Amino acid sequence: MSVLLSAKDLSVRFGGVLAVNQVSFEVQRGEVFTLIGPNGAGKTTVFNLISRIYTPTTGSLHFEGALLSDKPPHAIAALGIARTFQNIELFENATVLQNLLIGHHIHRGAGFWSNLFFTPATRRAEQAARLRAEEVIDLLGLQALRDTFVAGLPYGKRKVVELARALCTAPKLLLLDEPSSGLNVEETEDMAWWIHDIKNELGITVLMVEHDMSLVSRVSDRVLAMNQGEVLALGTPAEVQAHPGVIEAYLGSVDDVSSLRRKVA
Amino acid sequence: MRFIFKTDYAQDIQLVKHGGQAFWYGLLGLVMLAAPLWAGDYWLSQISFVLIYAVAGLGLMVLSGFTGLASIGHAAFLGVGAYVETVLAARGWPFPLSMLLAAVLSAAVGAVVGLPALRVKGIYLAIATLSFGFIVEEVLARWESVTKGNAGISVTSPAFFGAALGSSEAFYYIALGTCALVTLAVLNLLRSATGRAFIAIRDSEVSAQSMGIHLAGYKTLAFALSAAIVGLAGALYAHKLRFISPDQFGIAQSIDLLLLVVVGGLGSVHGAFLGAIFLITMPQLISLGKDFLPPAIGQAAGLQAVVYGVVLMGFVLFEPMGLYGRWLKVRTWLQLFPFYRRGLFRRQKSYAKSERLK
Repeated sequence: MSVLLSAKDLSVRFGGVLAVNQVSFEVQRGEVFTLIGPNGAGKTTVFNLISRIYTPTTGSLHFEGALLSDKPPHAIAALGIARTFQNIELFENATVLQNLLIGHHIHRGAGFWSNLFFTPATRRAEQAARLRAEEVIDLLGLQALRDTFVAGLPYGKRKVVELARALCTAPKLLLLDEPSSGLNVEETEDMAWWIHDIKNELGITVLMVEHDMSLVSRVSDRVLAMNQGEVLALGTPAEVQAHPGVIEAYLGSVDDVSSLRRKVA
Repeated sequence: MRFIFKTDYAQDIQLVKHGGQAFWYGLLGLVMLAAPLWAGDYWLSQISFVLIYAVAGLGLMVLSGFTGLASIGHAAFLGVGAYVETVLAARGWPFPLSMLLAAVLSAAVGAVVGLPALRVKGIYLAIATLSFGFIVEEVLARWESVTKGNAGISVTSPAFFGAALGSSEAFYYIALGTCALVTLAVLNLLRSATGRAFIAIRDSEVSAQSMGIHLAGYKTLAFALSAAIVGLAGALYAHKLRFISPDQFGIAQSIDLLLLVVVGGLGSVHGAFLGAIFLITMPQLISLGKDFLPPAIGQAAGLQAVVYGVVLMGFVLFEPMGLYGRWLKVRTWLQLFPFYRRGLFRRQKSYAKSERLK
């Protein structure tokens, strides 16, 4: 296994808030790597650093050896990094198929003038894009929704469409920001299987943020626990769950509880 | 109700989806080609105006309807196209060349105006384009050596290598051809990666960016393309009016264009045509209606502006999808008869977007 993504001493500061503080980790090719932590731990900020929505204050991110902060935000997808969003950012006034085709943008193969005159190159590119989209549709079972407008879809389906759109970019690394949030039990079950398939059948490395611990321990190879922008623990799901620092971050320490107890005068 | 059974990706890509469309659009094409035979001078002239405004509407539709960038200064591009065409036609350039150059220059201006669009959004962009519109109007009025200023300038007939095409039939065919080509180009873009990138930017910039769409590049492209198309419409407009002056390209014209796309239906190609028909027929309807109104209202100056304002507000409130959206509902009602449900087109509530990044 080789390192796909490495973060070294990553910090980002928004004014006086240190959202991420000296975070280092390495994602191996072919694994499912999960970030966990309480709200405000800085997990989504790490995602936004990787997709270059934010620039790190200090530290560096390397993807396949290339420094990410050299690249403009729109160049990240072409490197092979795709992502989904915590609050679903789909193209609402477009059909599911169109959303997936937009996911294929970096492989468009024909430029503006070719598009304008709809030359044979554009025609071939359109067919290739549809072939790719159909493969993803088959994998995630979206056949019935192909021509439905996203604006009319229920929340659970939107989550799946967003995953599908990210897969259409044919990524090497897939960033999933809370893939199971807002999903019911069956939908979460499906999601777990899809993550499994994405890793094993498509060979895509997955980096995800997730709160549902049963999902985390089912699909993750390694887990990184964060709190207040700092790394708490790194290891297998079982190791991290047993780590005293992690338990303290979620539940508070024994002293904390005793300090809350009403003092008897 | 028609179900299309697709067996090939090519079916998904082609412009004409089924036999019904082929028949109706073919019929429309024939009727339009034969218009000089069935329409008198007055109607031919009105149809020419509809075609010109449809081209201009398509231009604004590319920007506002598909890329989601507002503009209240689009008459400026109409003006740039009109004046370039006027100057070149006076020098005897053949019309395809002069119209092409009008589009190219207009696109260049559009790309420059697009620069603020990379930084500002929504209402701020609208104000920026509004002030740009005033600047162009002022330049057209002051640059007297070229434009003859506020006195206006008369436009020669379109020429084609020595032959002057002065008849209204000849002009009608030029307008029809331009309109058909522009429509085809816009449809081509919409069924390929460029058009989808525009739509992606309209619906979610942050996610468009993470799909690898270069926001600055595509926004500039949208502005330039939109300006080029409106510039073409401007060139036609100059020949149609035969006399142009800067005040024809002021804010009133810009608002007419905005009215056109909103009433027609933002985000649809049909909308540009329906909006153009609305914009051209409305003044006639108003002048017909005047006789039935009490003189205090019917003869009042500004009646047209009031009616336009009320219509625009009505559409924004009750039919944001415009005339084309209304037509879709009527068509669905007919297709599903008698099973249409009242809530069929009601949009599901958008999910809260608490963490918009940009």
